[in-house]
Amino acid sequence: MISATVKHAAALLALAPLRAFAGDADIVMKNFDFSPMAITVAHGTTVVWKNLDGEPHTVVGLAGAFRSAALDQNDTFKFKFDKPGVYKFLCSIHPKMTGTITVR
Amino acid sequence: MNDQPSRRGALKCLGFGGAGTLFALSGGIVTPISLAQAAADKTAVTGKPLFLQISDTHIGFNKEANPDVAATLSQTIALVNAMPEKPALVLHTGDITHLSKPEEFDTAAQLLSGLKVSELHTTPGEHDVTDAGGIYMERFGKPSGGRGYYSFDSSGVHFIALVNVLNFKPGGLGALGDDQIAWLAGDLKGRSASQPIVVFAHMPLWTIYEPWGWGTGDAGQAFALLRRFGSVTVLNGHIHQIVRKVEGNMTFHTARSTAYPQPQAGVGPGPGPLKVDAALLPKMLGITTLGFAPHPASASLTDYTIS
Repeated sequence: MISATVKHAAALLALAPLRAFAGDADIVMKNFDFSPMAITVAHGTTVVWKNLDGEPHTVVGLAGAFRSAALDQNDTFKFKFDKPGVYKFLCSIHPKMTGTITVR
Repeated sequence: MNDQPSRRGALKCLGFGGAGTLFALSGGIVTPISLAQAAADKTAVTGKPLFLQISDTHIGFNKEANPDVAATLSQTIALVNAMPEKPALVLHTGDITHLSKPEEFDTAAQLLSGLKVSELHTTPGEHDVTDAGGIYMERFGKPSGGRGYYSFDSSGVHFIALVNVLNFKPGGLGALGDDQIAWLAGDLKGRSASQPIVVFAHMPLWTIYEPWGWGTGDAGQAFALLRRFGSVTVLNGHIHQIVRKVEGNMTFHTARSTAYPQPQAGVGPGPGPLKVDAALLPKMLGITTLGFAPHPASASLTDYTIS
């Protein structure tokens, strides 16, 4: 029984990088950071960003694949990643905020 | 109590200090003069105000730091319209809107049209170009061919609007870019070093606080081009508070916002809206004027708060 519980917890931890925070977002913007800063998803996955800060943020792919409008508090942005690759992004209002999505 | 009169006197001086500090410039040397001193000696404040700087109006912001930014902008406009000698120009140093929405630009344009000042010149903030600049350039970019940076002369002063909020690099500061620096070199070429220069851009052109991106990475190349001029005034917004620096013939100044204050560099998690007591807010919002007196040639920067 104990080992089964541990295995179950481990399975949950393995999922933790996705759906870790707000429940409805893969990546949140909070206190001027993307969190988590890096995730790995299977191709065909739709990634959801959500801004929890009172200050607006954006999600801008460096290679130009995707670009959100300014996201006010609690606004979300979604993008479906069809092709495998490494996608770096930043907030164009606060370019200190950066992140990476690896699509398998 | 013996200390009462002196304490009252001290508070009066502090009150003047809060209203602003005046900078007189003569022969390229800038000397701060307190408004208390200026008020005592009227001759210290000479010259018609040439222009006014307004910044960071953030139309569309509605959070607790200021739920009504249209009202504080209206108060600011009333302050300007009540000035006995109104300046000929208004420079808006960006973040006209909060989220680059068309309706925010509409509201801002409607409010700013209430200024009893004939010319409005703008440069974008990063909040105005979250769509990569399309809406801003459509509305304000036509005279500059959609680039956003431009120059003009007024009352013998050469004004240069620069754009440092497009093409951010990850982890980076604001950027001017090679094309804009080449344009600036051409704009300044052959210009007399005795002509006063006013440069305005949204983000600080000198590095105030790198961890929050409060600076412009390639501004040094612009300063190298400006260094030969006898009087250069650099005006920025972005940080919603006054910071000044004097370096040789160059005076750097950031303006207050008309919308909400921001924390001092490095205080708290990031450069977000700062919630202050409602009574304190109007003392942290305001504008800057700059005047030149022809004889002897001198310039003065004066900050005003809306309360």
